[in-house]
Amino acid sequence: MFRFILRRLLQMVLAFFGTTLIVYALMFAGQGDPIQALAGERPVTAAQRAYLTEKFHLDRTGVGGFFYRYFDYLKNLLQGDLGQSLTGRSIGDILAAAWPVTVKLALIAMAVTVLFGVTAGVLAGIRRASIFDNSTLLLTLLVLGIPTIVLAPLAQYLLGVRWQLFPATAGADPDLYALLLPGIVLGSLSLATALRLTRTSVAENLRADYVRTARSKGLVRRRIVSVHVLRNSLIPVVTFLGVELGNLMSGAIITEGVFNIPGVGFNLFRGIRTEDGPLVVGIVSVLVVVYLVSNLVVDVLYAVLDPRIRYE
Amino acid sequence: MRVRRLAAWTALPLAVTLGLVACGSGGDGGSGESNPDAAVRIEIAEPQHLVPTNTNETSGSQVLAALFSPLVDYDEANKPHEVAAESVTSEDNTTWTVKLKDGYTFHNGEKVTADNYVDAWNYGAYAPNGQNSSYFFEKIAGYEDMQGETPKAKTLSGLKKVDDLTFTVTLSEPYSEFKSVLGYTAFYPMPKAAFSAPGVLAEGYEQAPVGQGPFKMKGAWQHDAKVEVEKYDAFPGEKPKVAGVEFRIYQQPTAAYADVLSDNLDVIKTIPTENLSTAGTDLGDRFKQSSASSLQVLAFPTFQEEFSNPDVRKAISMAIDRDEITKSIFKDSQQPARSFVSPVVAGYRDSTIGEAGEFDPAKAKSLYQAAGGPARIELSYNGDGGHKDWIDATCNQLKTNLGVDCVGTAEPKFADLLTKVKAKQPVGLFRMGWVMDYPSMENYLGPLYSSNGSSNYYGYSNPEFDKLLAEGASAANEDEAIKKYQAAEDLLAEDLPVIPLRYGQNNFGHSTKVTNVEMDLFDRIDLVKIEAVK
Repeated sequence: MFRFILRRLLQMVLAFFGTTLIVYALMFAGQGDPIQALAGERPVTAAQRAYLTEKFHLDRTGVGGFFYRYFDYLKNLLQGDLGQSLTGRSIGDILAAAWPVTVKLALIAMAVTVLFGVTAGVLAGIRRASIFDNSTLLLTLLVLGIPTIVLAPLAQYLLGVRWQLFPATAGADPDLYALLLPGIVLGSLSLATALRLTRTSVAENLRADYVRTARSKGLVRRRIVSVHVLRNSLIPVVTFLGVELGNLMSGAIITEGVFNIPGVGFNLFRGIRTEDGPLVVGIVSVLVVVYLVSNLVVDVLYAVLDPRIRYE
Repeated sequence: MRVRRLAAWTALPLAVTLGLVACGSGGDGGSGESNPDAAVRIEIAEPQHLVPTNTNETSGSQVLAALFSPLVDYDEANKPHEVAAESVTSEDNTTWTVKLKDGYTFHNGEKVTADNYVDAWNYGAYAPNGQNSSYFFEKIAGYEDMQGETPKAKTLSGLKKVDDLTFTVTLSEPYSEFKSVLGYTAFYPMPKAAFSAPGVLAEGYEQAPVGQGPFKMKGAWQHDAKVEVEKYDAFPGEKPKVAGVEFRIYQQPTAAYADVLSDNLDVIKTIPTENLSTAGTDLGDRFKQSSASSLQVLAFPTFQEEFSNPDVRKAISMAIDRDEITKSIFKDSQQPARSFVSPVVAGYRDSTIGEAGEFDPAKAKSLYQAAGGPARIELSYNGDGGHKDWIDATCNQLKTNLGVDCVGTAEPKFADLLTKVKAKQPVGLFRMGWVMDYPSMENYLGPLYSSNGSSNYYGYSNPEFDKLLAEGASAANEDEAIKKYQAAEDLLAEDLPVIPLRYGQNNFGHSTKVTNVEMDLFDRIDLVKIEAVK
């Protein structure tokens, strides 16, 4: 097990440098005139332009300039310094303020997914073709069909503005209650996928030989389902949830915008809109780490759930 | 059994929905009395900076307007009157004497003196400090010496302290409307405490700016969340009618709009375009409109052969039905424009472009053909600004009314468009917008159309026009100056380097918990007038 984790950790380091290089290159290539983008449609003074150009080495262009800026960035990164955004704020500070609320939001979404998605999936899998199964399938179809960009404002308008059951927006320092609605909206998409995944997996395993064996041995149904079927059925679900955790951290751009939560997605959106290269690369670098760690956790969970995987 | 279960499944959501509807009917408008102990909540975007000389966007200047009191402000006719200044006078329009009112103190107790203005302006003008509003000081003598990578001077030679409450400003050339300029954000004073050494801004100043205005900071700037201010009791000027203001930061106006509808927020400064059509029913008389300073135009690259004949330009202008586009595309959230200056400045006249502003397709077509206009017209715009709809509508009108081929070309960003225009690449007609820096006709004419204007992208150059602007700048008084500027505008109307299309308008709204919500020419809510309701 230890060697298994060590090998994964070494792979993570390589993956980290590879992805930051790609992200940096993409941002570098896509950048038009970040100084003008920062100012919107206002004129930029020569003094301001000279100041920012020098500060962010924007005069270094071409392939040589790219590597100069990338290595400069890496050097600072290895010293734990994420640098400054084009507006002059420390990216470390921005992220320190943005993470807690995004993590909270992602955890709520995750809890909603696991609690309702997996449970309903197991129930639907056991009672295949029942009314419960059919209605959940229909509901998930509906949810999967509505994009977040429609679902989030709709939920905000109906539940927040019209009926005032939840606060319409969460704000910067929200309590659990204020985060509930955005959390449910964010979680609903992965909930639907998790539900369908669990259902299929459970339904399939219920027909497996080992279940028939267990049943013929006279084991009680509850034990068959909870120990034998569930353990094997959860492997694809755990894979999905692991990747989804990363998605939830970064993919909350729309939800965070609609509910005015100044989290990671909110800042990423702003960075992209204002061509704030340092901010985008900074956030994405940290997101890469989140993905890598959640994948590591998934791999380890695999090994726990199915011992065959760990000895490969 | 089956049927009963099915019934249960349909009944459940129905019951929940009914329950929800029942909950929604609560809430009332309050008693309507003013409540001086309450704070109001106003929407802003995350400010880029909170240093007077570095703030040139509306969110930051809204916050600074609470913390600072300007030297001059503008009256109903948009002429300047003294606020923190006792008097602003000049005999030759070159040397201006500013006398300060006694009794102003900074929020940390420091007395406001002439030094505070001189220090702040010197800091703002010094190029290596990279201040966004640096160019506001360019009219002051000595500005040139403070530019470049290693400037020759660290202070403006045109600023002289006379005594504790008086200083003089010498301009490099006469400018009759300098008093109007002084109302801008860049001209606030900064306390001694703002500087850690002469000319060096103290580390934490921007996080909790100390001003001399009606409100002081309550805690520090909470990035992406809010900036809170509370009433400053020692303020000698007109006192606000609320105990404080919470400037709440929103990334998307739609979120702020939802909050205003549910009374979680008091004022939204810009109602999102997608909600404009329903805002009247959603908010009733709490949906407000007021004139703004912005002007949208279609500009001609006059240096290009096919657009060099003014008759071609006039014909295109006459072929555009401004009223129709303003109504159908903008739902009357903007107003049709037929002059080069906005109605918000003194000296504005209606329809200065005369016949060119009248929609007359038949005449336009014959004029266009007689003048030999191009058979294909291209309209360039920035695709990130929501301009596609009206550009397409304009193109359709040109196609129908002039019988030409017309296409709208989107550039990704405004900066990309400007880069192409600066390089004189053939982009066809291009859209431009202008928001004034200070209320003056000169601000709509000088930067945009004078031969060496900072935003003259059209290649327009008319010596007579330049001469009239210079005469206006050195005129004996404001009214004389306005006459010169109006004469200059008449020249523009003949040459038509751009087609004025629409004036901007503020579309804002408020909750049931506030009244007297007014917006000034700089997109700022008037914090002295606004009242909270019990």
